[in-house]
Amino acid sequence: MSATTTPPELTEPAGSSWTNTVTAPRRGGDRWFGLASHGAGVAVVALVTLVGVFLVSQAIPALSKNEANFLTSREWSVGGDNPRFGIMELLWTTTTASIIAMAIAVPIGVCVALFITEYAPQWLRRPAATLVDLLAAVPSIVYGLWGLIIFRPVVRPLEDWLSTRLGWLPLFAPTGITGGTIMFIGVVLAIMILPIVTAISREVFAQTPTTHKEGALALGATRWEMIRTAVLPFGKPGVISAAMLALGRALGETIAVTFIVSTLAAGSDWTWSMLSGGETFASRIANNAAEFDSPQKTGAFIAAGLVLFILTFVVNAVARVVIERRKAFTE
Amino acid sequence: MSATSAAETTEATGTPLARLVAARRAAYRADVVTDDPPQLTRGSASRRLTDQVARVVMWASFGLAMVPLVWILGTVVARGYELLLASSWWTLSQRNINAADVGGGAVHAIQGTLIQAAVTAAISVPLGIFTAIHLVEYGRGRLARAVSFMVDILSGVPSIVAALFIYAVWVTTFGFQRIGFAVCLSLVLLMIPVVVRSTEEMLKLVPNGLREGSYALGVPKWITITRIVLPTAFSGIVTGVMLGLARVMGETAPLLILGPYTKSIATNLFDGYMPTLPTMINQDRTEIGLDSAMERMWATALTLILIVLALNLIGRWAARRSSVRR
Repeated sequence: MSATTTPPELTEPAGSSWTNTVTAPRRGGDRWFGLASHGAGVAVVALVTLVGVFLVSQAIPALSKNEANFLTSREWSVGGDNPRFGIMELLWTTTTASIIAMAIAVPIGVCVALFITEYAPQWLRRPAATLVDLLAAVPSIVYGLWGLIIFRPVVRPLEDWLSTRLGWLPLFAPTGITGGTIMFIGVVLAIMILPIVTAISREVFAQTPTTHKEGALALGATRWEMIRTAVLPFGKPGVISAAMLALGRALGETIAVTFIVSTLAAGSDWTWSMLSGGETFASRIANNAAEFDSPQKTGAFIAAGLVLFILTFVVNAVARVVIERRKAFTE
Repeated sequence: MSATSAAETTEATGTPLARLVAARRAAYRADVVTDDPPQLTRGSASRRLTDQVARVVMWASFGLAMVPLVWILGTVVARGYELLLASSWWTLSQRNINAADVGGGAVHAIQGTLIQAAVTAAISVPLGIFTAIHLVEYGRGRLARAVSFMVDILSGVPSIVAALFIYAVWVTTFGFQRIGFAVCLSLVLLMIPVVVRSTEEMLKLVPNGLREGSYALGVPKWITITRIVLPTAFSGIVTGVMLGLARVMGETAPLLILGPYTKSIATNLFDGYMPTLPTMINQDRTEIGLDSAMERMWATALTLILIVLALNLIGRWAARRSSVRR
């Protein structure tokens, strides 16, 4: 919906003198106001461009000195004359933990949203929706704190069980690391993004036209069939954007991960196991904030941040394209 | 039924055809007037089973989701409320108090968080509202599409990347110190997209008739926007600002990189370190073995949650008073 309406230009009839009695409004303010809003728009575009430009320009000097392959190396020593650093381990941990988080949080979040909008008894709907909205606002540092102190001892037996029973699978191979595994990070991230997914999906589902739902029911659909044929197709773009927003949060989450992560010793063997430790981009940067004393070191961390930026950029751009395309079908 | 029975009995005395018609009619009436609803077919067993399974899954996932979320809130409240009850928590700082000591308060961190949030809002709210006005009231063509796209990108920028960007500009390029104002700048990056998106939504809801009526009276566009459109959407904009503030206050990554912690009260954004609630938690985490630090950590977390929730509740209250709705 476009709300752009420009005021019609009034033209003075030839030979009339009505402008003498009706004072023509001053249009100078219009120009300034238009310029200001235009300027704000330009500023936002410039800001995002600057983020990219600055990150790239400060990463390049450090990258050119790097003696290891930036994309495939797992080393991370950024000081000295022969810096060797690569993002392989960071990329693996970040994406794996985020995928685990999404795999848990998106289905459950959508189900909870459907529960609140379609299944819950009337008295429960408002309180449940409010609770979820408020939880979506709880700062991530609280999730990190709870994960570190309360939740980690609870998950540990489960991890032990997985590694003894399913240890023959490379994904669950035992590594000797307890607590702060990739899987644990994924679960905590899932709990963190669950309210976000739920809150956005619920808002979208609540806007399903009643006529669609009643039409489905009138044709004899069961409640689940009504949801599948009316609610879910209508809400799909919203669910996708909720999932992408949540994925962005999971990829870039800093403090919760920094609290719970188990850093690997330098030079430890590569493993596919989700029961291994490892740092994400954000936690590596945050954990070493004290090391930002030379442009070379800072540049290395900025290069890692740049990869994270590109990762979230791609996720958001893909989500936008998907949503735009779906819109054509639903509207 | 009693009103019609007289007619039925007289009809029944006629020809066989008339008797048959009357009998059918009576049967039909009895069927329609009966208290039971007509029996529709209830669908095949497998469809009903799927429906029941779906119902169970929905209830189960709601229960499953509520467990950790309520657990978190419960833990923070149960472990943190005691310190909050003492008046010193709201009046004293941690100055001259060792990690192992009990006592002191969080007023330095609360002040820091509130000051930084206020300055962040002072910068990002005008910028965000003007950007939204640009998108809704002036938005046509390439620039508006670019702005809309960039706002989307900005809303996906991780807080640590925003912090690194400000670090690259503020410290590496200009050689300034790590001060509170630099934190505000990186928080601005995170707050702008929230303000733009929510304001944009609200401006779109303002009926076009209001704008057209104003133009018809000869009111210039900018006065139409400032006197008609913005006041109509005001409470919705307040909601967006409150939600944005709530998000910004809990962000920790920019603080780790740009805003080191200190135990004393510091209110100058342009000189020295500035303590905040998230960095206070982070500080006590390094002393996690000490009971006093642990207790302080939960109390700080509870304080932070309370402030964020208060902002959220104000925002929702404003939304309920809104003159335009979805």
